Amino acid sequence: MARTNAARRIGEAIPTPAKVEVALTVNGVETRLEVAPWTTLLDALRDRLNLTGTKKGCDHGQCGACTVLVDGRRINSCLTLAVMKDGAKVTTVEGLATDGVLHPLQQAFIDHDAFQCGYCTPGQICSAAGLIAEGHAKTADEIRELMSGNICRCGAYPNIVAAIRQAMAQS
Amino acid sequence: MINFQYSRAADVADAVRQLAAEPGAKFIAGGTNLIDLMKEDVERPARLIDISRLPLKTVEETADGGLRIGALVPNSDLAYHPKIAQHYPILASAILAGASAQLRNMASTGGNLLQRTRCHYFYDTVTPCNKREPGSGCSARNGLNRMHAILGASQQCVATHPSDMCVALAALDAKVHVTGRSGERAIALLDFHRLPGTTPQRDTNLGADEIVTAIGLPPRGFAKHYSYLKIRDRLSYAFALVSVAAALEFDGGAIKEARLALGGVAHKPWRDAKAEAMLRGRQATRDAFTRAADALLRDAKGLAHNAFKIELARRAIVRALTQAALGTPQSQSDKKIR
Repeated sequence: MARTNAARRIGEAIPTPAKVEVALTVNGVETRLEVAPWTTLLDALRDRLNLTGTKKGCDHGQCGACTVLVDGRRINSCLTLAVMKDGAKVTTVEGLATDGVLHPLQQAFIDHDAFQCGYCTPGQICSAAGLIAEGHAKTADEIRELMSGNICRCGAYPNIVAAIRQAMAQS
Repeated sequence: MINFQYSRAADVADAVRQLAAEPGAKFIAGGTNLIDLMKEDVERPARLIDISRLPLKTVEETADGGLRIGALVPNSDLAYHPKIAQHYPILASAILAGASAQLRNMASTGGNLLQRTRCHYFYDTVTPCNKREPGSGCSARNGLNRMHAILGASQQCVATHPSDMCVALAALDAKVHVTGRSGERAIALLDFHRLPGTTPQRDTNLGADEIVTAIGLPPRGFAKHYSYLKIRDRLSYAFALVSVAAALEFDGGAIKEARLALGGVAHKPWRDAKAEAMLRGRQATRDAFTRAADALLRDAKGLAHNAFKIELARRAIVRALTQAALGTPQSQSDKKIR
């Protein structure tokens, strides 16, 4: 039975690996971190760099709350090992505004009331920034399809689509 | 997540050497499935060998007019690659029917082939599962099996292969290029994944010392007459209950070549030579499509919760072949099935 095996496995000794140094440019700031290999990019951002805007929702790549941009591409930071992104440029929701002026997507989410509790919002906004950069969505149907990796438990989807359309028109 | 050692592979030969040197090691590329399985305690590698920096990220034309797709090309880059979009739109469509935009940005071509089943019991380490713990039993056969196989299943395992991309690759007669200690070889995609039989722990015929380096596509792309139709419980970002890759070539009014591959129904992408042969030389009629569907599903068997998939598959085959014949492939953004 699996349960027995799980219990047996505790005795298996895997030597604790040395920490690995990782260089990341996060929101334009060069950062060096020592991390254990199993540290996800999400945990490195939240727990080591105190960038808690990026949210841990499901921690399994299913909800999109952890979405950040790595070298300009939107990814799920919960399924990414920090060590694998050595040398990468990371943009989180904290890095979108410039000189105190909100990013057009941030402003559009406010204009359209595109959230209720707000927990999914950083991921929605980073994902939408990636979507606009990719340039494959033009219609509302295409926005809905290409934003389907971001779940909103409050169901603010119509306003999220409206906000993205507004920002897309400005870009 | 468990402790593990981490190293990077310098090149393909180094990757193979590192893998052979440590039986508990695994390659990591996109990580979208493996990291998740490690968080769930299903996969417990002693070492991760990072292959994500290897130079296997190009799509190149081959001498025979086909394409060679590097194993590390991200799924999204492949779907939107001009040569794929133009010459192999069935592959682009299938890729875009799977996962989410973020996951497609991360996931590699090789990793997509090697992703593991999403059977709930495979993920739930307190339940028996022959794929996870050989000999422990199958919880799905008499459990919740709505998502499970209707073709090619065994007493030991009724899991399905979750990939959309592989269904289109199966229809296109793709080859998987691999490298191991004894050199390189190419495996037909249809021979790459296995049926569960008595060894469901083995998903593929990839050797323990081998790495996937590329996918080869033959010149025939079926760009005029194709459709990838995926039926699922949500409109997006869900695994297939049934998916159909249908591709046709015509000579005058008659079907010259027919390809029909199904996803969500078996432990591997499912093709049936007999059903395809029944379409060759025939006119593209509903009657011909229904006969082919009946032939393909002749040995289909339902479980307690998934018997509906047999009729669903029959109708999806007829619809996808109709879409292919009319040159009106299923859109992956406008969800209406016409």
